[in-house]
Amino acid sequence: MSNLTHLTIADALAGMEKGDFTARELTEAHVKAVEETRGLNAYIVETPEIALKQADASDKRRASGEAGVMEGIPIAMKDLFCTEGTQTTAASHILEGFVPTYESTVSGNLWNAGAVMLGKSNLDQFAMGSANITSHFGNVINPWQREGSSAELTPGGSSGGSAATVAARAAMAATGTDTGGSIRQPAAFSGIVGLKPTYGRCSRWGVIAFASSLDQAGPMTRSVRDAAIMLEAMAGYDAKDSTSVNLPVPRYQDALTGDIRGLKVGIPREYRIDGTPVEIEKAWEQGIEWLRAAGAEPVEISLPHTKYALPTYYIIAPAECSSNLARYDGVRYGQRVEGRSLDDMYENTRAAGFGDEVKRRILIGTYVLSAGYYDAYYNKARQVRTLIANDFKKAYESVDVILTPTAPSPAFGIGEKMDDPIAMYLNDVFTVPASLAGLPGISIPSGLSSEGTPLGLQLLGRAFDEETLLRVAGVMEQAAGFSALPQLIAGGK
Amino acid sequence: MSVDKKTVAKIAKLARIRVDEAQQEALSGELNQILGWVEQLSELDTSGVEPMTSVVEMTQPLREDVVNDGGYVDRVTKNAPESAHGFYAVPKVVE
Repeated sequence: MSNLTHLTIADALAGMEKGDFTARELTEAHVKAVEETRGLNAYIVETPEIALKQADASDKRRASGEAGVMEGIPIAMKDLFCTEGTQTTAASHILEGFVPTYESTVSGNLWNAGAVMLGKSNLDQFAMGSANITSHFGNVINPWQREGSSAELTPGGSSGGSAATVAARAAMAATGTDTGGSIRQPAAFSGIVGLKPTYGRCSRWGVIAFASSLDQAGPMTRSVRDAAIMLEAMAGYDAKDSTSVNLPVPRYQDALTGDIRGLKVGIPREYRIDGTPVEIEKAWEQGIEWLRAAGAEPVEISLPHTKYALPTYYIIAPAECSSNLARYDGVRYGQRVEGRSLDDMYENTRAAGFGDEVKRRILIGTYVLSAGYYDAYYNKARQVRTLIANDFKKAYESVDVILTPTAPSPAFGIGEKMDDPIAMYLNDVFTVPASLAGLPGISIPSGLSSEGTPLGLQLLGRAFDEETLLRVAGVMEQAAGFSALPQLIAGGK
Repeated sequence: MSVDKKTVAKIAKLARIRVDEAQQEALSGELNQILGWVEQLSELDTSGVEPMTSVVEMTQPLREDVVNDGGYVDRVTKNAPESAHGFYAVPKVVE
């Protein structure tokens, strides 16, 4: 029973079905693991009472033959998803104390599928960041350390708490959200699997909005099969999100056939960027070889507007964030700081309630949307976004998936890259283009860096073709055989 | 193009975020750095390119214009810093 926290979701479901252990036992093991790994600061709120209650209900459902696809699986819920009756903050001060009176569609889907909530995981404030250092509730620590060093590394961001707790074997899986790489980059830094589905696949209703044309929820797990299982539970049409797509949800696991013979894998030449560490290039080459050995055909492709993706993103995302975050006004929810007038109250509330990076992005967004600059910045960026999406459309006429590195470096130390916002933005250089095009992407651990920390490879797919993506990811996972464990792990190494 | 302290003060006002004098200076530097970097988009010729409005090609879903939700003022105002008689309460707006 000691190894319950090391199981995959697939194994745990099988174990409960056979009667080897109960959801209650599985949940108790994870509640203990969450306590043991508190030093990672992966949770803003732990919810052990809710977890045990849900686990008991789950055992009853399983006994009466009503098990859902995530029945009895303890997970972390990124604190960007509104959870009825449990504080939801987006890691901000302005929403401290906010207890939603409704449930987000995706979290509701997971509970309906039988999942159990261990707590609300920490993140970059309003999901803005790539190192989980902008949370009002403190930095999240990566359970991985460099060989021979106990320096604290970032788990990546924004879904840093989700990534850290899954890597540390304290949660079997976690929800993430990805606007420009916030699922895939922390997955790579933490040695786990992170899947950003096609825009529209999972409902955004009840997910605290950052940039609505980009935000998408997805699973963070320790295996490709687990990602397939969890996505099936999360995805689906929702009339409450007008951009949610009304397509049937497949049984994604069935896509894991292990057969990728004849598939064409695009290798975009523009992703070979000067200054990328040699070991990232080598990991990429290795990935190409794995897929070739499995019978797929690597094809060099061109995505000519790649270098414009980050600047485009840093106009569009702040523009949308400045609109979305206008709602935090001290009137309807969250913190209020009084003032002499209504305007004064707004200004005081927002100055005290938002962190520096959030303010910076709101101000950039306000500027690029203001009279006189709207065309030069915002409309220009929307035009370039069309060009970037067209690059992918053209590429997918000749290839089935695209393989790239997930991030330009392994996990870096907390405190590094902090003074220069643009150096921080460059973390997302390989993930942002597909976000702008709304395409699905998955990061899988491919091996360890020279520092002994994980590296990730990214596969990108056609819109709503998560199945091919998962099929190729499954083959790559098998070839990589990644089994290394982080240093800071529940129960010890 | 450059964002000076005056412009920072103006956009901070538009964004309803109090930014004091000392912060204006620092922010003007940071915003200029970011805007200078995104400026590289201007080297692309985008004449005739349709600006993207939706990343997924779909028609806007429509529904009947009927009330299909509501009737729970308490839940709606539950998280308000201040509410009274089923309304949100704010500082006095009209003298």
